[in-house]
Amino acid sequence: MITIEVNNQQIQAKKGETILEALNRNGINVPTLCRMEGFSPTGACRLCVVEVEGKSGLIPSCSFPIDEPLKIKTHSPRVIRSRKMLVELLLSNHPDDCLYCVRNGNCELQDLAEELNVRERRIAGNKSKASIDQSSPGIVRDPAKCVLCGRCVRICEEVQEVSTFDFIKRGNKTSIATSMNKDLNFSNCIHCGQCIMVCPTGALHEKTNFDVLLEMLNNPDIKVIAQFSPSVTVSIAEELGIRSGKDISGLIINALHKIGFYKVFDTAFASDMLIYEQAAELVDRIKYKGNLPLISSCCPGWIKYMEQSHVDLMENVSTCKSPQQMMGSMIKSFYAQQETISSEKIFSVSFMSCTAKKFEAQREEMTHKGISDIDLVLTSRELLKLIKLYGIDVQLLDEEIADNPFNTRSSAGKLVAASGGIAEGLIRTFYFLSSKNEIPDYKITKLRSSKDRREIFIDIDDSRIGVAVVSGLKHANKLLEEIRNGRDDLHYVEIMACPGGCINGGGQPFCNDDKILKARLKTIYDIDEKEGLKVAHKNPNLIQLYEKFLGEPLSVKANSYLHTKYSKRDVLL
Amino acid sequence: MPDIDSILEKYSYTQHDNLIPILQEIQDDFGYLSKEALVKVGDYLKIPTGKIYGLATFYSQFRFEPKGKYHIRICNGTSCHINSNFIILKELKKKLGINDGEVTKNGLFSLEETECMSGCGFGPVMMVNEKVYTRLTLEKVPEIIHFYLQIENE
Amino acid sequence: MAEITNQNNKDFIINSILLNDSENYTKDILDKLSFIKRDKVTFPVITVSQNSCSIITGTQNLTQIIKDYLVERDIKAHVIEVGSLGICSVETLISVQLPGKTKLLYKDVSEENVIAILDGNFNNYIAEENVFCQFRNTMHEPYENLPYLDEISFFSNQQRIILKNCGIIDPGSIDEYIAFGGYKTFVKAIRHYTHEDVCNIVDESNLRGRGGEGYFTGKKWKIALNTPAEQKYLICNAGESDPGAFMERLLIESDPHKVVEGIAISAYAIGAKKALIYIEWEYDLAIKRLSNAIQQAKEYGLIGHDILKSGYSLDIIIKKGAGAYVCGEETALIASIEGKRGRPHSKPPYPATKGLFGQPTIVNNVETLVNIPIIIEKGANWFNSIGTANSKGTKVFSVSGKVEFVGMVEVVMGTKIRDIIYRIAGGIPKNKRFKAVHIGGPSGGTLGEEHIDTLVDYDSVILTGASLGSAGMVVLDEDNCIIDTVKYFMNFLQKESCGICIPCREGTRRMYEILENISKRPKDDFGHTTLQRFKGVMQLENLAEVIKDTSMCGLGKKAANPVLTTLKWFRDEYEEHIFERNCSAGVCQELRTFEINVEACTGCTLCAKKCPTGAIFGTPKNTHFIVQDKCIGCGICYETCKFSAIISK
Ligand SMILES: Cc1cc2nc3c(=O)[nH]c(=O)nc-3n(C[C@H](O)[C@H](O)[C@H](O)COP(=O)(O)O)c2cc1C
Ligand code: SF4
Ligand code: SF4
Ligand code: SF4
Ligand code: FES
Repeated sequence: MITIEVNNQQIQAKKGETILEALNRNGINVPTLCRMEGFSPTGACRLCVVEVEGKSGLIPSCSFPIDEPLKIKTHSPRVIRSRKMLVELLLSNHPDDCLYCVRNGNCELQDLAEELNVRERRIAGNKSKASIDQSSPGIVRDPAKCVLCGRCVRICEEVQEVSTFDFIKRGNKTSIATSMNKDLNFSNCIHCGQCIMVCPTGALHEKTNFDVLLEMLNNPDIKVIAQFSPSVTVSIAEELGIRSGKDISGLIINALHKIGFYKVFDTAFASDMLIYEQAAELVDRIKYKGNLPLISSCCPGWIKYMEQSHVDLMENVSTCKSPQQMMGSMIKSFYAQQETISSEKIFSVSFMSCTAKKFEAQREEMTHKGISDIDLVLTSRELLKLIKLYGIDVQLLDEEIADNPFNTRSSAGKLVAASGGIAEGLIRTFYFLSSKNEIPDYKITKLRSSKDRREIFIDIDDSRIGVAVVSGLKHANKLLEEIRNGRDDLHYVEIMACPGGCINGGGQPFCNDDKILKARLKTIYDIDEKEGLKVAHKNPNLIQLYEKFLGEPLSVKANSYLHTKYSKRDVLL
Repeated sequence: MPDIDSILEKYSYTQHDNLIPILQEIQDDFGYLSKEALVKVGDYLKIPTGKIYGLATFYSQFRFEPKGKYHIRICNGTSCHINSNFIILKELKKKLGINDGEVTKNGLFSLEETECMSGCGFGPVMMVNEKVYTRLTLEKVPEIIHFYLQIENE
Repeated sequence: MAEITNQNNKDFIINSILLNDSENYTKDILDKLSFIKRDKVTFPVITVSQNSCSIITGTQNLTQIIKDYLVERDIKAHVIEVGSLGICSVETLISVQLPGKTKLLYKDVSEENVIAILDGNFNNYIAEENVFCQFRNTMHEPYENLPYLDEISFFSNQQRIILKNCGIIDPGSIDEYIAFGGYKTFVKAIRHYTHEDVCNIVDESNLRGRGGEGYFTGKKWKIALNTPAEQKYLICNAGESDPGAFMERLLIESDPHKVVEGIAISAYAIGAKKALIYIEWEYDLAIKRLSNAIQQAKEYGLIGHDILKSGYSLDIIIKKGAGAYVCGEETALIASIEGKRGRPHSKPPYPATKGLFGQPTIVNNVETLVNIPIIIEKGANWFNSIGTANSKGTKVFSVSGKVEFVGMVEVVMGTKIRDIIYRIAGGIPKNKRFKAVHIGGPSGGTLGEEHIDTLVDYDSVILTGASLGSAGMVVLDEDNCIIDTVKYFMNFLQKESCGICIPCREGTRRMYEILENISKRPKDDFGHTTLQRFKGVMQLENLAEVIKDTSMCGLGKKAANPVLTTLKWFRDEYEEHIFERNCSAGVCQELRTFEINVEACTGCTLCAKKCPTGAIFGTPKNTHFIVQDKCIGCGICYETCKFSAIISK
């Protein structure tokens, strides 16, 4: 321990920790911009500077290690003047369109300007003429708003190992760009949206298509049908003034009805369907000695990544579509037939915590006889905006249940929202399918830890089944490399692109608070704890669906509606 | 015909610090870095092409399109600036219709501003391929360009 | 046979010179040496200056032309390419040394006049307008009425210690370098001194880094020496990316072995087994001569495994920089060598403890390293006797801009700037008035008349707000505009900033924009009114302070120097631009005003057609006139008028 003096007060610091860490631990905050929790500091933005006695310049607190007693001033006039000037520099050529910006109200740059009391434009700079890149189905980049903090570069490289973005050029020409400075849709971006989550400004955001939706909602000939994913309902409560992490599916269903959706279905129903199909697929693979381990396919980010970087493992990947697409497919087939609505008259909308789902919905493979399974995907953030736009006060609403026939779900279908959830649900059903008995202990704690990689081995009759779960493509790469190098004790691998799974998806409300993520997780596990129906294969409406329409898992019909294929993708890696 | 593979073979694929030397050698042989070259180098060193592109654009040596047939390098060192090289530069840009680092549409001329070419005693200085021009004046610019156009016309 | 090659002297050189601990050589050895040193010649010797300065004059093929000439005339002579004597303005230089006679130096030699000069020389006629001077050598018979080199004021006012060999010896010959005393110190160091000994001598010599920061070299070395590690690195920083400096390039081209020896001793001092030379890719001649030098040193066993059985091993490799000013900064340089974007990193940790590949690394400037052999040879006390209290030794500058003799000069620390400009570089040409001198490149500052007596040493220059920096010295005369020069540096910096930190990336471009605004005409009443411009300048100072205070590396920290020094010393010129909208040097083109000379105008209407803002009015065959409010000062009319009727003010 070293005693340092901060603003004339003594505080204790650990040797080797940074000034910023010591300050934060002692309840003093200084503004930061380039810093990312859990990443090594780059010292690039200089907003965290403090005055250290005896040093000629100001010192970046985020990257300066404490090795000796220091005398620090965190908010001296010199420091404040500098910080303010830095923010003014960022603003000097910023396109002043806060009022029209997606991040209006939750932008870090706005916060900084407010905090440092920037009240006039003292320096006017030439505005950037860079144009917006709208090419990608999921991610929009507006370089003029970029403050070059480098957070997107780091998350994409260090967490996802996709490395879509990097700094290019230098000096006044520095910018963030994809390989060869091509548009995003030609790049290796997997649309996971993690970069959006870390971007402090409106430089990165999801592609929105509100207008189409509004038009469809007001078109009397069209039936607009909604589905919402299990992760959305546990992630937006705090934004609506409700305790964070609370599952508000009932309220959302009501709200969507109020907005004018013809039917509202619960994607968790389709999650059960996915679990059922995939478990059957696993049984099949083991029985007929197919490619093992079977690798999950519900994350469209991971699927795109696989198609570009792990083509050799393509045969291992499950052919199941994601729950969103399964649901979409059922709406436009089974449901349309049952209700005798022409599938062309259905406009199928899904609310997801994910930006990659926007990409998935427009894939070639996700159409059935020329009709796309899903017509529009909106993120949790957009759902919030929609609710606001329609002036709905969620707090006054009553809970409703989803519409028939896709309204029942098991708690396994809800678990899917978190990394490890599919594996857990799948093990339950797989156990049943292969042993004809229900699994004795539903809760598979080992898959619920916060480790980067979770593995479990389960004995069913005489065989031992290995299951591994990873999220964040960095960890996926490591595991897949092991498999490539001959590791053969695994039968099933669950991969999600976003660290932690869909509850931390790229379409979720901005929060840089670990506590909120934990609350979401807890809700999901609580539901699994409390509810009776814990296995997908017992979902009553699902059973009916198979009886009436699909036959059984992996049947020809199931194959044609619920399964798909992948192909190698040529992108600049 | 130079080829990338034989350049790569000379370097160990485990050492990332070989990246710049490899790119330099490719550029020496091909005159620029093509997309294919970046992909090959990336494959070899296991570095994403985005990273290579990010690196290569940082340094002014690297270019991503071929040079013009007549590559004009004009010194923008301090001393040449003091000797009013900007008048020459402006005229060149106007005459050729290109900026620093660009190539004319017909592929004939490319322009590059360089740092001190150690011709401070004879500024403003410029080179067209290997030929040096010293003590440039505004009048000489059209003559020089005309000279090369003339060669082309013949 | 016109050309005679040197016989292989390797064994003699190694055993009788390098491994010979006695200082007093036998007559036999001395005889042999004087041949290698060309004190005695049996054939005429012609040296041709081939360095990047001379080549720029278009004399790449001079050597070949001379050789062809000799064959044609059947003259037996040695032709040797040498580096640079430092005096660039009179390049290309050749020298002719006839047996028994002193060496004669010719200036302004070109591919066209060389034959006539040589013809004359071999026929006892000395081309008057080309002869420059003769070299003093008591063993030779002098020419009459010709000055000696040491009488020429460019040379007589210098103290050439580290440039001693430059332009004299053959940079391609290790024998010659050794004959002139080279490598002996290195061999002595590795055979008789410990690492600490060498560090101590350098520490006591008070040598300060010549790369800009001026940090004490010995202190830095000791940190690396005392940091335990598997591998240590010495990096020679030959980036020299200052757009106005060229002396390191010339130095390497002229005496590459000295650089190699300096590196070798320094690497030994910190216990590094690997040394790297970081040099710009564009310096092809320097790279060629340097690699040749390393190759020769390897052949002589001076580099490699177990050097001369001393137990010390060293490998030196060349790393070519890919063009980025900021890569001269040591942490950026290291990033660049590691194969990354050349961006600086926060210090601590300092490279001396954690540098290249995480190992202790010393980065030293070329000139710093070139000082090492002679310091070790002559001792710390000798070095301390040269220079001022806090700046010891000599300093090499490249002097350019508006001076009579552009070149590379070496002076004792503490020499007056005035002496460098007037006594060495020959003052301002064409009787123009001296306006300012810019020292230290983009990180340096601009000083005016009142500072011309400043001494060049680390501390005095800092006091004026400039810095020695890269030791480029650029002289401006009355025809140059201060605002324009500062703008030039800001433009350079905004392009060359690595772009990672906000103050430097955004600050430099904002400063550039502000300067551009004040040297531009008002486009409209909203954009650049006098008040706004004034506001910009007010912010300029504020901005400069913050950039200085918060930037990560030296580039940013010093980026404001050109602005701050000129705001301080040339405020009136700013005011002239801002308030009077005038550039009296006539450099800021957009501030010019144009009028039509009624007498000369023929009413051809050409200017009116070309004017982009339609500011020119008039009917065909009648005099035209310019509406000043509409004029943006582009000067197109001025350039198009065939009758010189448009006057620029
Ligand atoms: C922007 C910038 C550019 C620099 N360029 C050079 C350079 O071209 N050559 C050099 O020797 N040092 C340069 N330096 C200084 C180096 O960082 C380093 O201090 C120096 O090489 C140390 O050597 P010395 O101790 O021998 O001076 C530069 C520093 C900065 C901040
Ligand atoms: S969406 Fe994901 S893959 Fe695409 S750039 Fe952002 S972080 Fe990288
Ligand atoms: S896009 Fe956003 S996260 Fe990326 S560098 Fe720009 S501001 Fe930072
Ligand atoms: S001061 Fe400039 S060059 Fe240095 S790190 Fe910052 S941006 Fe890069
Ligand atoms: S947070 Fe410290 S420099 Fe950005």
